[in-house]
Amino acid sequence: MSERVDVRKTYKLYVGGAFPRSESGRTYEVTSSRGAFLANAALASRKDARDAVRAARSAQPGWASATAYNRGQVLYRVAELLEGRRAQFVADVTAGEGLSAARAEAAVSAAIDRWVWYAGWADKVAQVAGNANPVAGPYFNLSSPEPTGVVGIVAPQRSSLLGLVSVLAPVIVTGNTAVVISSQQRPLPAITLGEVLATSDVPGGVVNVLTGKTAEVAPILASHMDVNALDLAGAAESDGVTWGELEALAADTVKRVRRPEADTEPTWRTDQSIGQILAFTETKTVWHPKGM
Amino acid sequence: MSAFEYAPAPESRAVVDIASSYGLFINGEFTEGSAGSLKTINPATEEALAEVAVADESDVDRAVAAARRAQEKVWGPMPGSERAKYLYRIARLLAERSREFAVLETLDNGKPIRESRDVDVPLASAYFFYYAGWADKLDHAGFGANPQPHGVVGQVIPWNFPLLMLSWKIAPALATGNTVVLKPAETTPLTALLFAELVQQAGLPAGVVNIVTGAGATGAAVVGHRDVDKVAFTGSTAVGKGIAKQIAGTRKHATLELGGKAANIVFADAPIDQAVEGIVNGIFFNQGQVCCAGSRVLVEESMHDELIDRLKARLGTLRLGDPMDKNTDIGAINSARQLQRISDLSDAGEAEGAVRWSADCAIPENGFWFPPTVFTQVSAAHRIAREEIFGPVLSVLTFRTPAEAIAKANNTPYGLSAGVWTEKGSRILWMADRLRAGVVWANTFNKFDPTSPFGGYKESGYGREGGRQGLGPYLVEGSTR
Repeated sequence: MSERVDVRKTYKLYVGGAFPRSESGRTYEVTSSRGAFLANAALASRKDARDAVRAARSAQPGWASATAYNRGQVLYRVAELLEGRRAQFVADVTAGEGLSAARAEAAVSAAIDRWVWYAGWADKVAQVAGNANPVAGPYFNLSSPEPTGVVGIVAPQRSSLLGLVSVLAPVIVTGNTAVVISSQQRPLPAITLGEVLATSDVPGGVVNVLTGKTAEVAPILASHMDVNALDLAGAAESDGVTWGELEALAADTVKRVRRPEADTEPTWRTDQSIGQILAFTETKTVWHPKGM
Repeated sequence: MSAFEYAPAPESRAVVDIASSYGLFINGEFTEGSAGSLKTINPATEEALAEVAVADESDVDRAVAAARRAQEKVWGPMPGSERAKYLYRIARLLAERSREFAVLETLDNGKPIRESRDVDVPLASAYFFYYAGWADKLDHAGFGANPQPHGVVGQVIPWNFPLLMLSWKIAPALATGNTVVLKPAETTPLTALLFAELVQQAGLPAGVVNIVTGAGATGAAVVGHRDVDKVAFTGSTAVGKGIAKQIAGTRKHATLELGGKAANIVFADAPIDQAVEGIVNGIFFNQGQVCCAGSRVLVEESMHDELIDRLKARLGTLRLGDPMDKNTDIGAINSARQLQRISDLSDAGEAEGAVRWSADCAIPENGFWFPPTVFTQVSAAHRIAREEIFGPVLSVLTFRTPAEAIAKANNTPYGLSAGVWTEKGSRILWMADRLRAGVVWANTFNKFDPTSPFGGYKESGYGREGGRQGLGPYLVEGSTR
């Protein structure tokens, strides 16, 4: 009797809550760290990037107006589902990053724990980063952080799940929506994360995942007039990408830009901070007179 | 209603001695500039006030080197409690010499003495007093334990609030342990240079504050200097974008406070007399040369005609003229160039079909003046509804529902400020949540305070000045970009 032939997955983009192929019809081969064929991933085009921005913009007001408690619950639910898909993530990370089984397990565990950590900030960040201001006059005056809007993320190239979670979760926890360009060589965990998000309670369009050539898609996001901010965490090690050039493109629309911290990517083992959240928020200050 | 007759009530200019020429303030002393000089004039009379040195790259290099030495050897290592006392001294000295600063500001800028005396100078002192107290409490500011300064900060400020913008820039930078090289605007350098004298009186260590005067090239040299760690800029969005581009790919941090096109939204249930005062204060304060000016009034349709009638009546009582007169409401436009821009955009408003009305007031023969002007029948596509005019020109649009008001208010690349006028508290909070602007004034407008963060969304810039949040951009741990 012959062995069973396994059913392989088709990896597609995740845009607006759906899984389209690239409108360009293009794909590229994804291999393991040892060069074995893993999948054909969608090779996103400029048009796919623009579609993703439109989906992110449409979803943003609704996501931002959900209560912080609700956003916290929805994101915590994602962690529950990540735990349930742990085996697949470990397999994806092992194949893509060439880690030992133990290290891949540790990376996936850290990613899930990080997601939980950021989810918990949803209804606390305004208390920690906002405050009343004792102005010299009869006025009520309150400052609080609000989401910046649509954030383009160049995901880390090496750490395909933990790195991705480390930059994505802090963006969406406050009510931003995101267009993620996944790791070019290791895109599979990002698409699997998209599948988790699609079956969770995160509304479609809050997270959009593009796979393909970073050098092709990142400049579209950097110069797009409806993108408010960029996280360039993965730009330092992207083929054919100079992060300073992306930042220069972003200057034309006064985007907030989070630069890569160094020329090489961190391990992401300890990279979680409220600063990562606040980089994609705006302080709003409201005044009102006091009177009888 | 017509304006009451008032006898002239000019403030004396004898309180301030203006030198015929000024050098650059580098390393605690005044020195020559290498790029010649420029003349600064009184925009209300066009008389020359003084010759001011122009700094080139070599002068900026000297200033940055002095700032670096001072930061590493003196100011950085100094305990916060000692830095605080210097800043308290500056706050007190500014208050002591406030009349002198107010007169000089009005002469150089053209703003009414009532404003420089009651707003600009007292607030400048207050910013130093507020940030002085932070210098030894940075551990409690929410940026972690023992947060660190960037080092040398290059600062470029505009001409609309020369001394006040200097205080917004220098006070938090010094409180956090940075040293500064500041370039004032080319048309309003004098209060910054008087401030340099005050820095000497305060006994501030040499090199902690350096002031280099000049025009755009001097500013670009400050921003582009390789040993400047952080840039803080207030000015136009076009220049701000250029700065963001200039520092792209470097490790420099930036705070940008750029332009605005604020909506001042008036609901039919608003307290109308207060709303009219708020609109007037929103767009005619400082001749409308304010980045957060309420330059677009969005009025609920049913209220439109009554509001316009009352507004015109109120504007008829504003007194335009000699900025040194204590009764003056509307002073001079800061420069011929700015006056030209205001005139051009106003002409464009008329050409595009909006209806122009200007208060009937006598315009002095010399100097740069523009009467308070209101445009009605403005559509969202008109240039006067989209572009920052930076002058005493108000565009009035209408809306029918709160959702429409929000859509129109947010329909701009800017996001600096917004105003809401209504008696309904729940509506104020609903609106405030949805307005994409860094400052929302509800039933008030154009209020500023050292404890209150100020800064924009979108193309109005990033970073905050004022308040606890205003410390962050000057600290490594608080610079989230």
